[in-house]
Amino acid sequence: MTLELFFQYLFAGITYGSLYAIVAIGFNIIYNTTGIINFAQGEFVMLGGMISISLLQFMPLGAAIAVAVLITMLIGAAIEMLFIRWLVHPSVLRLVIITIGISILLRESALHIWGESIRSLPYFYGNEITTFSLGSVNISPQVIWVILACAVMMVGLNIFFRSTPIGREMRACAANRTAALLCGVNTRNMVTLSFMLSAGIGALAGCVMSPITYTQYDSGASLAIKGFTVAILGGLGNSMAAVAAGLLLGIIEAFSVTVVPLAFQDAVTITILLIILFVRPHGIFGSSEAARLKDF
Amino acid sequence: MTDRMLRIRNLDAGYGKLRVLKNISLHVKSGEIVAMIGANGAGKSTLLHTIIGLIRPMSGEISFLGQACDRAAVGRIVASGCALVPEGRQVFASMSVEENLLLGGYVLQKEKGRAAVQEELARQYLLFPRLKERRRQLAGTLSGGEQQMLAMARALMSRPKLVMMDEPSTGLAPLIIRDIFKIIRQLREEGNTVLLVEQNARAALTIADRGYVLEVGKIIVQGPATDLLANSDVQRAYLGREKIE
Repeated sequence: MTLELFFQYLFAGITYGSLYAIVAIGFNIIYNTTGIINFAQGEFVMLGGMISISLLQFMPLGAAIAVAVLITMLIGAAIEMLFIRWLVHPSVLRLVIITIGISILLRESALHIWGESIRSLPYFYGNEITTFSLGSVNISPQVIWVILACAVMMVGLNIFFRSTPIGREMRACAANRTAALLCGVNTRNMVTLSFMLSAGIGALAGCVMSPITYTQYDSGASLAIKGFTVAILGGLGNSMAAVAAGLLLGIIEAFSVTVVPLAFQDAVTITILLIILFVRPHGIFGSSEAARLKDF
Repeated sequence: MTDRMLRIRNLDAGYGKLRVLKNISLHVKSGEIVAMIGANGAGKSTLLHTIIGLIRPMSGEISFLGQACDRAAVGRIVASGCALVPEGRQVFASMSVEENLLLGGYVLQKEKGRAAVQEELARQYLLFPRLKERRRQLAGTLSGGEQQMLAMARALMSRPKLVMMDEPSTGLAPLIIRDIFKIIRQLREEGNTVLLVEQNARAALTIADRGYVLEVGKIIVQGPATDLLANSDVQRAYLGREKIE
């Protein structure tokens, strides 16, 4: 492999890896406040892309993306209030099945609204063939947009959780729900908020990725599997580990095409997921003791 | 308004179909320390969880400061001035000591703003200088006694009128238990009201004004703490002393 090719693969891997990391962080945010995996996470990414594409007819790109993110956040909140909030002591299995149902509902609604056609946002800067050279490597500017957007989201989330009162209350909810209740925190609102937050970051990721990956009504499902793999790989609930795991999976996937045909790229992910589930279900960065205390 | 801060009448409560508390009636007056003693599984924690709103009562009435609160959400009950220091401390292990305390000030911040929280934080650091030394440390790395102090300080951050404590002495060394009970007494001197649930009956009754004995979900004896300490049945069952006639 030449050096140029190596860097070309590396950048592709980092691009996809950042997207997976964002989806995985979406999983983690909801997991931390509710203890469940929200299998509709991939659909939030799809909705972000689709809504922004539709809005583009009426407003400039930046505004379309911002409004699409807001709408998706509202959809996230509505889903939580409609399907989850009123349940009294629901079991983990019941919640998981509900989220799978929600993902099907969202996908089918998208099919009715937008049809089967494959759409995409235009490139934010230049077009499909615009590239700039970084040393000997040619990179599309959109790749930089994706990496930048994902990095900003990760830093932003970190600041939000570390140093704002609401972030602190959400972390408290994750650390000890009963104790958070005893402090007077309305834990139900925190769950709604976590759905909004996950929906928002998913939607933003969906927008910046749309020019590269394209958006279709069912593009959420495969993303959900990738994001789930990354969340498990990093250790459920650990968002910083998800970033590392996301980049790792993205890079493995990108380089896998040098060994196996492109069509097997998804098989590589599924294989990694299975191996992790069999061998280290608590993830490469998680501790097995902590995993034993989780009920999921 | 009566001087009955907390008043419970004919309370039944439990989990699912299991009735743990049967026909409980009790009251706590303003400025008192009331001890609730009883063996494991007698329903002591269930009682506190029902008062704070974590469990819905099956029947009966609970009123706090003259207001019925048996159907209110936990957040509202805490905001009205009732705080629980839960059994097993339940600190936010992955968060710093100061973050734990700030979370305890959640309802205070909503009502009185950030300045009041900072003021209260300073007061808790005065009361528990140990916590001030460790304010940046993760709560999970504290010793058992320090975690108990943190749990107490966190509850006090809401400026409660009634503090309920669930087994504050469990799993602590005797010297630390003495400190904890000293602090409870100090709280009362500052005008707080305390409902203390304990297995360590002697220590609890020694600092309490009145006491109740709970046995399999029913209150079987009640009275001034000195009377309970002298009661031969209570002595036999909970104070580990057989009275030889």
